[in-house]
Amino acid sequence: MPQPDLVKESPELASVSDGLDALEQAPPRRRRIDWTAIVAPILVLAAFVGIWHFVWWTAWKPESTLPSPATVGQSLWTSITDGTALEAVWTSLSRAILGFAIAVVAGTVLGVLVGQFSLLRKGFRPILSALQSLPSVAWVPFAIMWFSLSPGTIYFVILMGAVPSIANGLIGGLDQTPPLLRKAGVVLGAGRLQLIRKVLLPAALPTYLTGLKQGWAFSWRSLMAAEVIVNSPDLGTGLGQLLENGREMLDMPSVIASIFLILVVGVVVELCVFAPIERKVLRDRGLSASGL
Amino acid sequence: MTLVDERSAHTEVVPRASVRAVTKVFSQGSQAVTALDGIDLDVTPGEFVTVLGASGCGKSTLLQLLAGLDKPTSGTVETSSQPALMFQESALFPWLTAAGNVELALKLAGVPRKERPERVQELLELVRLGAAGDRRVHELSGGQRQRIALARSLGQGADLLLMDEPFAALDAITRDVLHEELSDLWQRTGMSVVFVTHNVREAVRLGQRVVLLSSRPGRVLRTWDIELSQPRTIEDPGVGALSAEITAALRQEISRHAAA
Repeated sequence: MPQPDLVKESPELASVSDGLDALEQAPPRRRRIDWTAIVAPILVLAAFVGIWHFVWWTAWKPESTLPSPATVGQSLWTSITDGTALEAVWTSLSRAILGFAIAVVAGTVLGVLVGQFSLLRKGFRPILSALQSLPSVAWVPFAIMWFSLSPGTIYFVILMGAVPSIANGLIGGLDQTPPLLRKAGVVLGAGRLQLIRKVLLPAALPTYLTGLKQGWAFSWRSLMAAEVIVNSPDLGTGLGQLLENGREMLDMPSVIASIFLILVVGVVVELCVFAPIERKVLRDRGLSASGL
Repeated sequence: MTLVDERSAHTEVVPRASVRAVTKVFSQGSQAVTALDGIDLDVTPGEFVTVLGASGCGKSTLLQLLAGLDKPTSGTVETSSQPALMFQESALFPWLTAAGNVELALKLAGVPRKERPERVQELLELVRLGAAGDRRVHELSGGQRQRIALARSLGQGADLLLMDEPFAALDAITRDVLHEELSDLWQRTGMSVVFVTHNVREAVRLGQRVVLLSSRPGRVLRTWDIELSQPRTIEDPGVGALSAEITAALRQEISRHAAA
């Protein structure tokens, strides 16, 4: 077989072509850390605590309703040092992770199946969107009547909260795949499954990730709603139960400290898990990450 | 997988693509549009055919049929194997690197994993982007993207390359260089090319045969065999003279629609 490189191209063509490449090469962009994006939220938070402290100092509300930031900090510190906070965070987080993992599998399978057929897509999308807007607390009484006060109730509520977002994100991503890329895949000889794995799913990834992120947020919220309502000694103490126990004991510092912990877990997972993945995916494709 | 068809040298000529009495009608009833009407076209091994026409002549439709992305309403389309297809946009997969795009073509063509890295590098060097394998699609210029798309198409191992106005979105200098590189690669690989364009000079500069299609419905109006020697440039007097002749025919065809 004759080798293609037996005939050499002209050196002039090579140098013109290389010159064009060199000229069209964009200079490498330097990434810098935007410190204001980090400092500004801290300042706002500090101002908030300052105002809170001032309002407390005016004694506008009784101590039992509006404790000082210091008292809440004290309560938080005690719960951290005696291990209750860590135990509650771990109980809730492990439930959320397991529930979310099941939701990812269910939502992805549902999304891929529905995404393949335009009739199913048309049928499912509005229903999934409607389910997305249904507050998952609404499922709690239903779940209690089915599963009573068991872990099943909690996982059911998480699933109902997260699956619609995940499936919808994936279907949306599949819908938005440029027809050109699908054609390119077909012409390259991809079979049906290869087309899904090598072209359609990767193309849908950014929108799918948005769905996953939203799915996680819904998982976490649904879990907290479920834990506040489904409070039984057999179930162990998650953050939601810690919050509800604080209310029963009329312990406002503990209630506020629990809210703070719930918030922190949500933010940490968002910043440490989803944000880096999203940034990498978008950067690889030359799309700019929104926000962070 | 060979870049060169060995049969072509000593056996009888089997066309790489054969289009017989092909008609393509889009939608039905009163809104029906006849894109192609009774098209006959043969592409022999190693031949470079350019298909020329104004808007609405169904030239892209013809390529879609050849690529197997669509079926003709009547008539037959036969190709010796699955042809490669290049679009006006590169259609590279943005989640892969330049090398990753080429590798995917090899993988889908059934090239064993072990052999792929070396073949990828060969193909990248063939389009003279041997050092750009790690780049992401968005880090490549328009011309570089089309060259990677060309390398990806070659990676398919197809003996027929279909090109749908692949250089239309590029600036004139880049297009000129890519013409030269394409002519060069075509001569070195021996593959057949069907190149669709609305640029007359481009058609004459690249092709061995120019097929002029009419618009609505698309029919073969006339065919020119180009005797000019390769390599040629877009400025060659011969290219200019033939382009003038073909342009006159094209303008006449377009004017026909004003009267209708």
